[in-house]
Amino acid sequence: MTMSINMRPDNTPPADIEPGARYGFFTDTSVCIGCKACEVACKEWNGIASEVEAMTGNSYDNTGTLDATSWRHVAFIEKSERSAPSRATTVPGPAHDMVWLMSSDVCKHCTEAACLDVCPTGSLFRTEFGSVVVQPDICNGCGYCVPACPFGVIGKNETDGRAGKCTLCYDRLKGGNEPACAQACPTQSIQFGPLEGLRATAARRLDVLHEAGVAQARLYGHDPSDGIGGAGAMFLLLDTPDVYGLPPEPRTTTRDLPQMWRTAGRAAAGLLLGIALVVAGDRS
Amino acid sequence: MGSNMAENHPVGFQWVVEAQRRGATIIHADPRFTRTSAVADVHVALRPGTDIAFLGGLINYVLSNEREFREYVVAYSNAATIIDADFVDTEDLDGFFSGWDPETRTYDSTSWQYAGVQEKASAGDREGGGAGAERSGGHGGDHGGGTPREDPSLSDPHCVFQLLKRHFSRYTPEMVERTCGVPQARFEEVAEALCDNSGRERTGSICYAVGWTHHEVGVQNVRAAAILQTLLGNIGRPGGGIMALRGHASIQGSTDIPTLYDLLPGYIPMPHADTAATLDEFIQSDSPGGGYWGNMRAYTVSLLKAWYGDAATAENDFCFDHLPRITGDHSTYQSTLGMLDGSVKGFFVLGENPAVGSANSGMHRKAMANLDWLVVRDFQEIESASFWYDAPEIETGELSTNRIATEVFLLPAAAHTEKSGSFTQTQRLLQWHDKAVDPVGDCRSELWFFHHLGRLVRERLAGSNDPRDRAVLDLTWDYPVEGPFDDPRPEAVLEEINGHDADGRPLSTYTDLADDGSTSCGCWIYCGCNADGINQARRRKPGSEQTWVAPEWGWAWPANRRILYNRASADPDGVPWSERKRYIAWDEAAGRWTGADVPDFKTDKRPDYQPPPDATGPAAISGRSPFIMQSDGKAWLFVPAGLADGPMPTAYEPNESPVHNPVYRRQNNPTTEPIPSAENPNNHSPRPAGDHDPYPFALTTYRLTEHHTAGAMSRSVARLNELQPEMFCEVSPELAGMRGLVNGGWATIITSRAAIEARVLVTARLKPLRIDGRTVHTVGMPFHWGTRGETTGDSANDLLGLALDPNVHIQNTKAQTCDITAGRRPRGPARRTLVEEHRNGEAQR
Amino acid sequence: MTAVEATTAGDGVGYYGKPIVAAHVWKDYIGWYFFTGGLAGASSTIAAVADLAGRPRLARHARRAAMVGLLPSPVLLIADLGRPARFANMLRVLKPSSPMSVGSWLLAAYSPFAVGAAATDLLGVAPRVRRASTVVAGLIGPGIATYTGVLVADTATPVWHEARRELPMLFAASAAASAGAVTTVFASISGRPESSAVRIGAAAAIAEVAMSTVMRKRLGDLDTYRSDSRARALDRASRTLSIAGAIVLTVGRRQRLTSVLGATAVAAGSVCERLAVLRAGTASANDPRAVLRAAS
Ligand SMILES: Nc1nc2c(c(=O)[nH]1)N[C@H]1C(S)=C(S)[C@@H](COP(=O)(O)OP(=O)(O)OC[C@H]3O[C@@H](n4cnc5c(=O)[nH]c(N)nc54)[C@H](O)[C@@H]3O)O[C@H]1N2
Ligand SMILES: Nc1nc2c(c(=O)[nH]1)N[C@H]1C(S)=C(S)[C@@H](COP(=O)(O)OP(=O)(O)OC[C@H]3O[C@@H](n4cnc5c(=O)[nH]c(N)nc54)[C@H](O)[C@@H]3O)O[C@H]1N2
Ligand code: SF4
Ligand code: SF4
Ligand code: SF4
Ligand code: SF4
Ligand code: SF4
Ligand SMILES: [Mo]
Repeated sequence: MTMSINMRPDNTPPADIEPGARYGFFTDTSVCIGCKACEVACKEWNGIASEVEAMTGNSYDNTGTLDATSWRHVAFIEKSERSAPSRATTVPGPAHDMVWLMSSDVCKHCTEAACLDVCPTGSLFRTEFGSVVVQPDICNGCGYCVPACPFGVIGKNETDGRAGKCTLCYDRLKGGNEPACAQACPTQSIQFGPLEGLRATAARRLDVLHEAGVAQARLYGHDPSDGIGGAGAMFLLLDTPDVYGLPPEPRTTTRDLPQMWRTAGRAAAGLLLGIALVVAGDRS
Repeated sequence: MGSNMAENHPVGFQWVVEAQRRGATIIHADPRFTRTSAVADVHVALRPGTDIAFLGGLINYVLSNEREFREYVVAYSNAATIIDADFVDTEDLDGFFSGWDPETRTYDSTSWQYAGVQEKASAGDREGGGAGAERSGGHGGDHGGGTPREDPSLSDPHCVFQLLKRHFSRYTPEMVERTCGVPQARFEEVAEALCDNSGRERTGSICYAVGWTHHEVGVQNVRAAAILQTLLGNIGRPGGGIMALRGHASIQGSTDIPTLYDLLPGYIPMPHADTAATLDEFIQSDSPGGGYWGNMRAYTVSLLKAWYGDAATAENDFCFDHLPRITGDHSTYQSTLGMLDGSVKGFFVLGENPAVGSANSGMHRKAMANLDWLVVRDFQEIESASFWYDAPEIETGELSTNRIATEVFLLPAAAHTEKSGSFTQTQRLLQWHDKAVDPVGDCRSELWFFHHLGRLVRERLAGSNDPRDRAVLDLTWDYPVEGPFDDPRPEAVLEEINGHDADGRPLSTYTDLADDGSTSCGCWIYCGCNADGINQARRRKPGSEQTWVAPEWGWAWPANRRILYNRASADPDGVPWSERKRYIAWDEAAGRWTGADVPDFKTDKRPDYQPPPDATGPAAISGRSPFIMQSDGKAWLFVPAGLADGPMPTAYEPNESPVHNPVYRRQNNPTTEPIPSAENPNNHSPRPAGDHDPYPFALTTYRLTEHHTAGAMSRSVARLNELQPEMFCEVSPELAGMRGLVNGGWATIITSRAAIEARVLVTARLKPLRIDGRTVHTVGMPFHWGTRGETTGDSANDLLGLALDPNVHIQNTKAQTCDITAGRRPRGPARRTLVEEHRNGEAQR
Repeated sequence: MTAVEATTAGDGVGYYGKPIVAAHVWKDYIGWYFFTGGLAGASSTIAAVADLAGRPRLARHARRAAMVGLLPSPVLLIADLGRPARFANMLRVLKPSSPMSVGSWLLAAYSPFAVGAAATDLLGVAPRVRRASTVVAGLIGPGIATYTGVLVADTATPVWHEARRELPMLFAASAAASAGAVTTVFASISGRPESSAVRIGAAAAIAEVAMSTVMRKRLGDLDTYRSDSRARALDRASRTLSIAGAIVLTVGRRQRLTSVLGATAVAAGSVCERLAVLRAGTASANDPRAVLRAAS
């Protein structure tokens, strides 16, 4: 075994959580056991109501998707292809007849956060920990952030009319505690810490898996040069992002805003000019 | 194997993941592909109830490829011991061992004995009935005088090693494939991984839970693992062992200080009416000469002193007469029969919910409807308290409220957060928890309830001179109480359990116990949990601040040992088998055993110590024999006495099975304990070849991470209900195709006991298996639902029939048969009709 | 869908065919606001141009048309908020990165002038103030008419973001069409149609249809105006009404009745256009394929 395998993920919460540094998540789905402790811990800590509905029939997923009332969502994907590659970290090759992928999804706390960009009230803001948070007392429920998010993370809560999503446990961080979901995760699939450290951990973990022959392992959201300037919550996936319901190439649309304003400018000018011409040209 | 650890012990499973991160290979053998399989390196899909065939295959693989850890096996197991020449194996009797008596349907184990000596299992011959009786804990027995003959070359045809070899020779990879449905390649992959990770340098461990125990051969499943691990040298060594992943928070504690009818604290057998008239007779008949069970008298006397204090004197046999006697099997399901026939009139339900949790729960509900009184202590009105008006049988018309005379007393219980006390977990670790909040309203702890119940009973009996009342009146019932509700101090109970010497000083280890009444101890294996008057179970020193064995977190019985039989981590001369696996070793200079853990051996007993022929008790154990609870100090590959169903595990089909036993002519475990009752019909699967079987599919039941057992604790919690909102069954796409089952739709599952409905989850995680040339489909379902709570659903246990393991009377919840059809079940009486027609339909064919 | 697929997300599209991005949560109020805002903005521009060009009658009726657009706008916007009481928070900050913020400020700046212009005109007082405010409102007007195009384009909704080059144009045309139309209605009611208004309405209506065709060409297989039945219906209605309206207007521009008829059709066409955009957005966001295609 390589030394790196003996390394325990450095996810133990940073001794002191300092404002100023940027914090985030590395969710290593290769060790997720789908226990949903993260979902429960999140709802419990944030006092979000539980909605008991009918069984979905989508494997063990009865949560469905991230929205205003589900800030962590564990996806369950069953692939029955015979000789599917194993999730093993140690034995390469097909030792399973199928795979059952589990992944705990969460807000990506984008470096370039579309939700934050488009929020007209300034309710969504960037905290001193680099996270993106809704201020419930300011949000007026305009709903603009909802279609703006390239991951469909944020939602509008129909009961209180406000937008809701993961806060990276802003209140806990201020108190020097790691997020509830990370603390509850038994297998350290959810690792919390300073973003830089997590990027390194993620890269090492990827190497270990590749060495072990888990070729389909890949990182998601770790690259600052991607369409959102890199995510504050990155993932190690064992299949293509779309399989997990993630956009393969997320893009912060506000990047095109200058271009769009220019187009709008032209349109406005055209409008003015057109009217002027008609009126001027109208001699009747 | 037989455990879904990631789902049912998720917090403990973090260490499995950690081991995997460090390079361990994780193998999961389970009929279903579960959340554990998903992160394992290898998943083995085997047919429910075929574990002995699979483990037997592994044993055969080890033996026929000479992969056993020779030195370890020769020195530490009874491999070399010669067995009585009269012993005849299942090989020659079509699946029976010698000593079978068709009349009593039990074995006489005389012919299984060590040649020339009379073996006797030490934890007691509890129920009479010859060798058929159980010994919980299965401690090694006594060879009443005379030392067994041995052949260290292991070549004598009558030595255990050769018998083992012969017995398992038919468990070939082909046989495993035919029986379990496991492809030979997959089987060999597992066998190789196990062997490669055993020996001097490496160790492997096996985790199991109720996927193994809930069978008519539950005990033998575990025995098979014990044989395998002993052959591979994986016992008493770091990273080795067989881990029983226990259930309820302190279910381990409730076997140590038992809630079982046949045990006294510390696995001392409950005296039997026929064999324990006096203390001496009891000790004589139940305690072996050799090993630490040789001190059973000291343990028993100290227990009696703890219970009866000054009233217990040498003159009155230390009040031994006060102890109740058992006359046979008084286990759970026998009591259920008793309720049905009216011989059991009252019933306490504390911390369980049999109306949902017990197999054949319909039978249990009918039984409770036949009681005079029923006491239920719980957080809420559970099905076991409300059955008299909302049991399914009311709807079907089998029961009617106005004809149920049972008087139900529902008493509110305090939760673990509302009381202090200790939990004993899987690793024998006692961990103390402090009360966080006061119980609300009338909720009270068990301790409060029993203390004051005892007090009131004693007040009623006060002054009585009826001798039978002495048993109650002589009890030391003087626990100090505190707080507004006179709660007994739990620490006082711990002190009584730990025990004290004549001057009241707390004892620090069970070796200090005396048989003359000078010591008192409520449970000998717990002696030392309050050493020096300090609550050792309350220690919480972080792992980072102590050695890797972390002996200062909580307290493990016995004597705070973290690995049992750890003397086996060193070779016969006391030298570690390898530096990599160093744990306990003999320090010649210091003249004692030393290491990271508390040695599970007399610390100053030299490796070269040889017991004098007349030695008894611990002194009879040589310096080279690590298994000190066994009379011969050896790990038993072959069990000469103490098991009802044979000295070696044998592959039988479950009582109800979709196939005929591919391994022997004998279909199932001949000693299976039946529960004869009209309420407990049999599916009679399989039918004679050619006949139509109305119950053609394998049925297994299990848990979900999102819910807890009979469900009262989880069906009442919205946070959990939203994660698993409905009762469902899991079927393969192939079976769904055959029966027209639609994912997310409804299905009705039928056995000869009941018909229930469940949502359908069609999943490739349940794989049809090729068994003996035909395809076997398995229907799987959780058992968490009942008629009450925020989410309700039919109970899987209504379906299950009762046939028990003869040793420990556990029910089979894992391997039965059923039929499944699309759509919901009928309502009202029609539900009953459906079940009967299905059963009769079977008769006509 | 076979049983296996039913339980095997990997075999379906995305994750159990669930949306990858979230659809907007706006009610039709917002579609109507796109219309009223556009109507107001473009009308003010007509008014300003007319005023400067010395066409008081055209200017007056355009100012009224602007009021028809402006007055309901805040109502519609507030009605859609989850927290109407916090409407004011729209002006809490000015964020160029948020089209909605920019739009709110434009609206805030525009409204007093538009209202002032209309009021002074109605009361026939302060001619200088009237002209000044008419001109200012007329200059902000085009912004009001077009920012909404940017607002929807600046989202992860494929059918909107991919159409970011066309949407502002489309909305501008739609606004002009409605402005011309409503102005025509006022003019007709008070005597005779204003030819310039008629021409603007007719020409813009045709431009609107043209722009939407260009847009849908670019969208290609992302085009949910085709795949979603409701969007398709609204789009069809919009086209038919616009073209029919334009023809009736041009042909019958002398008669009051035909002008009013044609004008109403054009305005209705503009309304349908806006609602179609909202609907197409919903359909597009709910279809994981759209997101995957947009990405590739
Ligand atoms: N979340 C949660 N945790 C729990 C509990 C709970 O209810 N919920 N219950 C607690 C209790 S009381 C207990 S006893 C433990 C039980 O822990 P487990 O024994 O892990 O519980 P089960 O799910 O009943 O059974 C485990 C597995 O056995 C498999 N199985 C069925 N038949 C066979 C067979 O013949 N051979 C083999 N090898 N496997 C088979 C099933 O498919 C299942 O996946 O869990 C404890 N932990
Ligand atoms: N089909 C099928 N049946 C099974 C099994 C299976 O695998 N398959 N597993 C079997 C196993 S291993 C087990 S352990 C049983 C469990 O079955 P049960 O023990 O019958 O069911 P539980 O729901 O665990 O019941 C525990 C009850 O105790 C209450 N309780 C909790 N704490 C306290 C307390 O401090 N005091 C009191 N008085 N009450 C308390 C809870 O509210 C709950 O109602 O189920 C068995 N039945
Ligand atoms: S993922 Fe969506 S909600 Fe989260 S920060 Fe990025 S844009 Fe905002
Ligand atoms: S809904 Fe709230 S958070 Fe979202 S954009 Fe509007 S104001 Fe900002
Ligand atoms: S960080 Fe906090 S808010 Fe975000 S998902 Fe985890 S628990 Fe929920
Ligand atoms: S808590 Fe951890 S292991 Fe459990 S589901 Fe969440 S991420 Fe996976
Ligand atoms: S419930 Fe308790 S015992 Fe069970 S896994 Fe969680 S922590 Fe461990
Ligand atoms: Mo259990």
